[in-house]
Amino acid sequence: MGKPTGFLEYRRETSPRRPVEERINDWRHVWRDLAEPDVRTQAARCMDCGVPFCHHGCPLNNVIPHWNELVYRGRWRDAARILHATNNFPEFTGSVCPAPCETSCVLGINEPPVSIKAVEQTIVEHAFTNGWLIPEWPSQRTGKRVAVIGSGPSGLAAAQQLNRLGHHVTVYEKNDRIGGLLRYGIPDFKLEKRIIDRRTDLLRSEGIVFTTNAHVGVQISVHGLLKSYHAMLLCGGAESPRDIDVPGRELSGIHFAVDFLSQQNRRVAGLPLASEREILATGKRVVILGGGDTGADCLGTAHRQKAVSVLQMEILPRPPAERAASTPWPMWPLQLRTESSHEEGGVREWSVSTTRFEGGPDGSVKKLHAVHVGPPPDFAQVEGSAFSIDVDLVLIAVGFSGPRKSGLLDELGVALDARGHVSTDENYMTSQPGVFAAGDMRRGQSLVVWAIAEGRMAALGVDRYLKAAAMISQVQSPMRTH
Amino acid sequence: MNPTPSTDFPLYDPRTEHDACGIGFIVNVNGEKSHGIIEQGIEILVNLTHRGACGCDPETGDGAGVSIQIPHLFFAEECLKLGFALPAEGEYGVGMVFLPVEPQPRFQCEGILDRVVQEEGLSVLGWRDTPVESDAIGRTARASQPYIEQVFVRAAAGMDREELDRTLYIIRKRAEAEIAASAIHEKHFFYIPSMSSRIIVYKGLLLAPQIARFYGDLSDARATSALCLVHQRFSTNTFPSWQLAHPFRYLCHNGEINTIRGNANWMHARQSVLRSALFGENIDCLFPIIQPNVSDSAALDNVVELLLLGGRSLPHVMAMLIPEAWDRDSAMHPDKRAFYEYHASLMEPWDGPAAVAFTDGRVIGATLDRNGLRPARYLITNDGVLIMASETGVLNVDPRTVRFKGSLEPGKMLLVDLTEQRIIPDEELKGRLSARHPYGTWILENQIRLEALPDPPRTFGFSPQDIIRRQRVFGFTDEEIRMIIAPMASGGEEPVGSMGKDTPPACLSDRPQPLFNYFRQLFAQVTNPPIDSIRESQVMSLTSYIGTERNILDESPVNCHTLKLQDPILTNRDLEKLRRVSQGDFLATMLPMLFRVDGGEKELTRALDGLCRRASLAIQSGYSIIILSDRGFDEEYAPIPSLLALAAVHNHLVREKTRTQVALVVESGEPREVMHFCLLIGYGASAVNPYLAMESIEHLVGLGVLPDGLDVEKALGNYKKAATKGLLKTMSKMGISTLQSYRGAQVFEALGLGKDVIERYFTGTASRVGGVGLDVIAQEAKLKHEFGFREVSEYEAELDLGGEYTFRMDGERHLITPLTIPKLHQAVRQADAQSFREFTRLVDDQSQGLLNFRGLVDFKRGTRGVPIEEVEPATRIVTRFVTGAMSYGSISKEAHETLAIAMNRIGGKSNTGEGGEDEDRFAPDPNGDSRRSAIKQIASGRFGVSAHYLVNADELQIKIAQGAKPGEGGQLPGHKVDVFIAKTRNATPGVGLISPPPHHDIYSIEDLAQLIYDLKCVNPQARISVKLVAEHGVGTVAAGVAKARADSILISGDSGGTGASPLSSIRHAGIPWEIGLAETQQVLVMNDLRSRVRLQTDGKLQTGRDVVIAALLGAEEFGFATTPLLSLGCVMMRKCHMNTCPVGIATQDPRLRAKFTGTPDHVIAFFFFLAEEVRALMAQLGFRTMDEMIGRVDLLQPREGIDHWKARHIDLSAVLHAPAVPLRFGRRCLVAQDHGLGGSLDHELVSRSADAIRSGTPVNIHLPIRNVDRAVGAMLSGEIARKRGSAGLPDDTIRVLFTGSAGQSFGAFLARGVTLSLEGDANDYVGKGLSGGKLIVYPPELSTSPREEWTVVGNVALYGAIAGQAFFRGKAGERFAVRNSGATAVVEGVGDHGCEYMTNGVIVVLGKTGKNFAAGMSGGLAYVFDETGDFASLLCNRDMVSVDPLEPDDDATVRRLVQSHAVLTRSPRAAAMLDRWQEVVSKFVKVFPHDYRRILSERAATAHGAAKRREEAAIG
Repeated sequence: MGKPTGFLEYRRETSPRRPVEERINDWRHVWRDLAEPDVRTQAARCMDCGVPFCHHGCPLNNVIPHWNELVYRGRWRDAARILHATNNFPEFTGSVCPAPCETSCVLGINEPPVSIKAVEQTIVEHAFTNGWLIPEWPSQRTGKRVAVIGSGPSGLAAAQQLNRLGHHVTVYEKNDRIGGLLRYGIPDFKLEKRIIDRRTDLLRSEGIVFTTNAHVGVQISVHGLLKSYHAMLLCGGAESPRDIDVPGRELSGIHFAVDFLSQQNRRVAGLPLASEREILATGKRVVILGGGDTGADCLGTAHRQKAVSVLQMEILPRPPAERAASTPWPMWPLQLRTESSHEEGGVREWSVSTTRFEGGPDGSVKKLHAVHVGPPPDFAQVEGSAFSIDVDLVLIAVGFSGPRKSGLLDELGVALDARGHVSTDENYMTSQPGVFAAGDMRRGQSLVVWAIAEGRMAALGVDRYLKAAAMISQVQSPMRTH
Repeated sequence: MNPTPSTDFPLYDPRTEHDACGIGFIVNVNGEKSHGIIEQGIEILVNLTHRGACGCDPETGDGAGVSIQIPHLFFAEECLKLGFALPAEGEYGVGMVFLPVEPQPRFQCEGILDRVVQEEGLSVLGWRDTPVESDAIGRTARASQPYIEQVFVRAAAGMDREELDRTLYIIRKRAEAEIAASAIHEKHFFYIPSMSSRIIVYKGLLLAPQIARFYGDLSDARATSALCLVHQRFSTNTFPSWQLAHPFRYLCHNGEINTIRGNANWMHARQSVLRSALFGENIDCLFPIIQPNVSDSAALDNVVELLLLGGRSLPHVMAMLIPEAWDRDSAMHPDKRAFYEYHASLMEPWDGPAAVAFTDGRVIGATLDRNGLRPARYLITNDGVLIMASETGVLNVDPRTVRFKGSLEPGKMLLVDLTEQRIIPDEELKGRLSARHPYGTWILENQIRLEALPDPPRTFGFSPQDIIRRQRVFGFTDEEIRMIIAPMASGGEEPVGSMGKDTPPACLSDRPQPLFNYFRQLFAQVTNPPIDSIRESQVMSLTSYIGTERNILDESPVNCHTLKLQDPILTNRDLEKLRRVSQGDFLATMLPMLFRVDGGEKELTRALDGLCRRASLAIQSGYSIIILSDRGFDEEYAPIPSLLALAAVHNHLVREKTRTQVALVVESGEPREVMHFCLLIGYGASAVNPYLAMESIEHLVGLGVLPDGLDVEKALGNYKKAATKGLLKTMSKMGISTLQSYRGAQVFEALGLGKDVIERYFTGTASRVGGVGLDVIAQEAKLKHEFGFREVSEYEAELDLGGEYTFRMDGERHLITPLTIPKLHQAVRQADAQSFREFTRLVDDQSQGLLNFRGLVDFKRGTRGVPIEEVEPATRIVTRFVTGAMSYGSISKEAHETLAIAMNRIGGKSNTGEGGEDEDRFAPDPNGDSRRSAIKQIASGRFGVSAHYLVNADELQIKIAQGAKPGEGGQLPGHKVDVFIAKTRNATPGVGLISPPPHHDIYSIEDLAQLIYDLKCVNPQARISVKLVAEHGVGTVAAGVAKARADSILISGDSGGTGASPLSSIRHAGIPWEIGLAETQQVLVMNDLRSRVRLQTDGKLQTGRDVVIAALLGAEEFGFATTPLLSLGCVMMRKCHMNTCPVGIATQDPRLRAKFTGTPDHVIAFFFFLAEEVRALMAQLGFRTMDEMIGRVDLLQPREGIDHWKARHIDLSAVLHAPAVPLRFGRRCLVAQDHGLGGSLDHELVSRSADAIRSGTPVNIHLPIRNVDRAVGAMLSGEIARKRGSAGLPDDTIRVLFTGSAGQSFGAFLARGVTLSLEGDANDYVGKGLSGGKLIVYPPELSTSPREEWTVVGNVALYGAIAGQAFFRGKAGERFAVRNSGATAVVEGVGDHGCEYMTNGVIVVLGKTGKNFAAGMSGGLAYVFDETGDFASLLCNRDMVSVDPLEPDDDATVRRLVQSHAVLTRSPRAAAMLDRWQEVVSKFVKVFPHDYRRILSERAATAHGAAKRREEAAIG
């Protein structure tokens, strides 16, 4: 371990956020990187637990105590190696992960936990800066070809793992750029897109082929693809946004959060918007429905677009300021979270449910009617609590309902689970032999860290499948199709 | 006859039997024979009865016997009656012969003996039925009694007496061999106790008082002898064995040869080169020199006999086999050192505690081992009689006739030569031996030293480019490098960890394991003591001699043509020197230990066969050093596990009897930690070159990972230091002092290796549950090899991360995981039964996922259940639960008290651990809770073990060993000893505390019996329990413990242990409780001892299933430490040793203690949830009470359908075996032990002191005392403590004057207010645990001889004394005031190791001290009268103390004490000193511990500062 008494000597510090008045005027990361000596001090707070709950709490099982020690000792390169051994893209998780590792950190039982995320991010930045991350080709090629559909974190992770195992990998992406939700879902102030580019450049150099603007199931026939590949991995995400069913929903000025956010990302990137109408908060009174991360992203984006006012509404009650007793350590805590966007302004309302929208003569939304409700699962209306507010733009950020069925999934005919996600066996194979699924498409809407984990595990499943198939017959056509 | 490990008793191995005893002899130095000598010899024996034991049949002893000169006149008369005449004395020999009882086989045996006598050219004069009185002995003894005859054999004409004895030896060996090989029915009865022209042995399965009646010869007044050697045996078994009684032909022994397996193996191996002109062609008849399946003492006797009859004198033989510690003794005369070194190059020592008394009829004597671990006291009378015995006072001798009383010192010999008719002092004797030959010159001319060999032209260098590949091939993990190798290289110490072990044994692990991991270290417990290799380093030696071993019967210069190694860990340079050596006979060759990796088992077998063949060839070609090397592995060839290759060659050469012609050196990348070196040496390697471990260190230095300023040389030096220290420690755990005896001693057991592998390559090693074969071993090598030859990616860890010491998701599996801990927390904090069920399901599933042996068993189906309502309530079950021994000091006050409160609330028991207990906890709290621990532990450090502590207990637990580090001591560094800990441990804040490896009052089983007796005297109501750790042979130890009258025995598993321990001990010592418990249950049941004791077990017990399995295997009670701690919030940080526990449990840091959130309710919730789970299982299995369930092993069966690549080879049938014994043999505790307290002298003291105790009225008592009066004062002190608390009575309230010789433990735990004066002398353990009382011992006033140099008290006086005073006019034995923590004493001379581990108090020595004074002394003061001025340079161990002149304060202290001494003991020496005090005082030196000095000066500074501040304040 690094420093046995570090946790008694040092206080927790995380990457400092830039001043609100500064960051609100640009789209760059809201934080400033912690200085290297400070990061090493933070790493010294790690207690190198006999049972490191962080390591278990992390879906990737990042070997956190290990790299904490290496960082404390200034062995950045070794730290980068250990970090990459479990995490293909620590720069993504280092930026956007809500860090379940930190909430399960043993120090967190009675002290602020170790700043794991800041350490992780610093390690990978060091690695990029020093040029340690060089493309690594597999030592030999298996001759097997794998198609990965979707270039979000799960697809990318799977692609890299499969490529390392010697398979030829082609990634199909329906959008014009690689990255999935990382690219067009997460605002730049949380993840600057250059971060994605430098990584995908690396992947390309390792021999992974990327095909963009290739919407499989729409522009490209699935069956055609199946014939050319020995295996296919579906990483298409859970793209269907969940809607709310209240009168007035059809009014203009009511949008899904994801549409709002992706437009802004294109603007920042200097890309033309799609044909749809522009969704802008500038000069508007904005209401965000949904108190989660996506809602917070909308909040930050709306402020940067200079909205007049922003209200974020959540149907659930306000969580306690500290970890709720119902979610003891090391569980993911029920607790009020204050994201960077919340610091930038806006109002948060809890236990509120929208009952109706009211439009103006132009058919655009003008008023939102809501009531206060009781706790779940009933959300009983509080009598006499109805109220209304004036609104110009409503953003719906109440989650996703599952993968898009039409096209790809329908055509493949893979079985779905009860919640509408693609169902697989323990090897991540769908009901179609040779077709695998991973990420949100399989698991449902989740964290980037889970997507990467899914991609890695699915790659192993694919590899096992390909190896077994190779042993059964070398001559048969790559894959049976129906 | 002994049973062998068989299907009847599969876990019992007779090789694990131990014995210990009392020995003694009496001799008329002038050689005058009388019957009185025999009578007195037998009286000695009778007075040593308490040192022996009896088994289930109280009338049958473990064995007793005497050896006397042949009573010629008596036999002449008796033989005439039988019709044959004896020739003159010396012209015939007498054989004492045990024969089959049935006539037919008896005649056959007699016939064979008759014929062999003739064939050897002698003639049988006649046979005599030895008259015996079978009624005199016990039922069990009678049942196995042989037919006992004497055979009289006439010498051939002109044969001298030496030749006669030699021929008798040959006759005996031939007859033994022939009869053993015959098909004679009942041949096992045949045994010849003695066959000699000079001595005869009468022995048997007897109790001492029975012997004279049983053997009529001995009580016949016509039988005379000038000497009588006697022995009373205490054995761990109760299997009748007439043969194993002592004396053997030439010796009797108290102690244990720890290295017996190696000694026997080497002896066997060297038979091929034995030549002797004296034996000529006949020498082959003598083989095997060591009879198979005999005890260690019998084996020693076999070798003594060979060497003696081979031409050496008996003292010469003894000095050769049991040498003094000469290696590090710079004060020893060079000739004597040369004598020992010469013989060391001939033969390894027979190592272990030993007091050996020996006689060949011409001389009689005794010698002590180098550690002086057994007592031997002697007295000489004015009329030339010498009496030597384990105790003083064994014969009533008129004090007026006593000329001298002494004690034998470590490594010294006491010898009476009846030819010269005098006692030959040790110095003269050894001087004579040393002068036999110019040994020094021989060594100088013949011995080669490694350091002196020329430097090699080049050595292998460090090659960083492929180090990762090589580390992978040998299975190095990143964790090993970080946690083992790096700390060794940077600190020179073995790394430490805590919270025990919860990973699977190698044979259940999914991961490829080093073969090393399939072995466990054996360690000493009870029957012999571990040694402190740090504080008593002068007895330890790593030196070894390699080279072709020659004929040990020959004494010539060429025998020391050896190569001397200072230690066995070789650097690359050392190895190159060896590789290129070409001096004299030395020539080395290299054999590759590699195999074709794709060929699996077949190729591995082939490679091993080839290796053995090539080794034989190398020997034939004249090579004397074989280097087994794996440097040459490549893509095709993988390294053979180094241990396998070495052991294969070693055992092959032993079988071939060529082993002693060659040295085996291992050059391997594989060994890296201490255990690896131990195994390689333990299986025969002379030296090991761990080249990859060393290169890894160079790599680390290059990476800058090690601390700044550490260069490669320094780092390698540190590594070597850590490795050799660890090696010494591991040896010393088994009580072995010299590497030479450790080499090949195989003191390991295998866990999970198959029968074939064991028989073929690890011959003689115990492996009780079967296990993997060569196929799996080859597969493991292959997996590592494959990993090694895979490309190393930038995006992966270079090495496997490990996960053995800390949990890793992809690493080794653990029982305690991130999933189970929160479940348990949730369960106990929220009283959530569902969570508890989930917790236990997870744990049980993990177990059954092949994590431990209980996971491999199932409950037998088909039993009829009972309704759960009928099962006894949980409130009854929880009373069987105890918490583990965790000291206040290892855990916080809060955690310690919470556990106590919880256990007291539910009627279970908590345990103090070894740190004492604040007496403020003895009385209940106002709210009714009690913080008093029901179990008070007595550990080797004896911290806070006072009479008051002892009486405040329901159970007194003697901790022999602990699961995490059996056989090791501990250390609490000074900075952890705060004011409160110091108070409970009777220590000084800031002064470090050391727990010695052994209890200094338990060096053997009869010592344990004594301690049990002592404790029982102080607190007769308390149960006495003895804590053992599971290992091969723990069952036989437990049988001994049961016979030593423990009420309860705890079998601790290897996995437990919450405290800090060296990682190598946590992982590699001890075995799982499942096996140890089963073995103990089986051995106790088959000996019918089980019904006398309760059995408890512990070791990571967590679930109802665990408890029920333990009960079925025989446990009545269950210990828990880890899980209660988890209940209190422990999160398995495994940082207990660092004082940084973040949840306030294992820390003394107030900031962290504040974070403790555990409550008694949490612990109680755990135990009740657990009890309910037990009930549910009981209902399923059909038990209404726990009692019904205990020992019902028939309800367990091996789990079916296990197809794990390793686990499927495990065979638990031996563990699940129910011994076939009569139903009347209890399977659980049914009767109480008889502690024999009724005869205690203290009853009288107590009754006469009743008033004094009640009202403080002073009382004076006068009583005679004998050596059988043991622990005098202990019961009285218990009474006082109970009634008067720790304050006791005012000083001198009760004064007792004794006359005579006091038995052991005189004045033990003596309470304040009692003064015991003794005119006479006392045995061992005087004033142990002295608790405020006063002791005065002085020699009898009636004696007319000068008594200045007499020994008046035995060994280990004032051990763990807490307070009080002692004045001894005369010398004390070894280890005077060991671990003294507060007593003040004056003594006129002490033996070796005086004031060892002392932490407080004042000791004044008015005369000579022995060696190693003040070793480990951290506190208190000692003043030594250093008349010769050599104390500081030669005798004092100055590692922790300085030797200073006295200061004025000291002068006053010493003078006051000498004055008291003069008054109380009437010491002439003290009086004389006081007369010329000014002159005398300048010769006193002060022994001042560094720690103590620092604290005193800090205190002075603080006081000064405070005074100054006050002053300033006043001025201000």
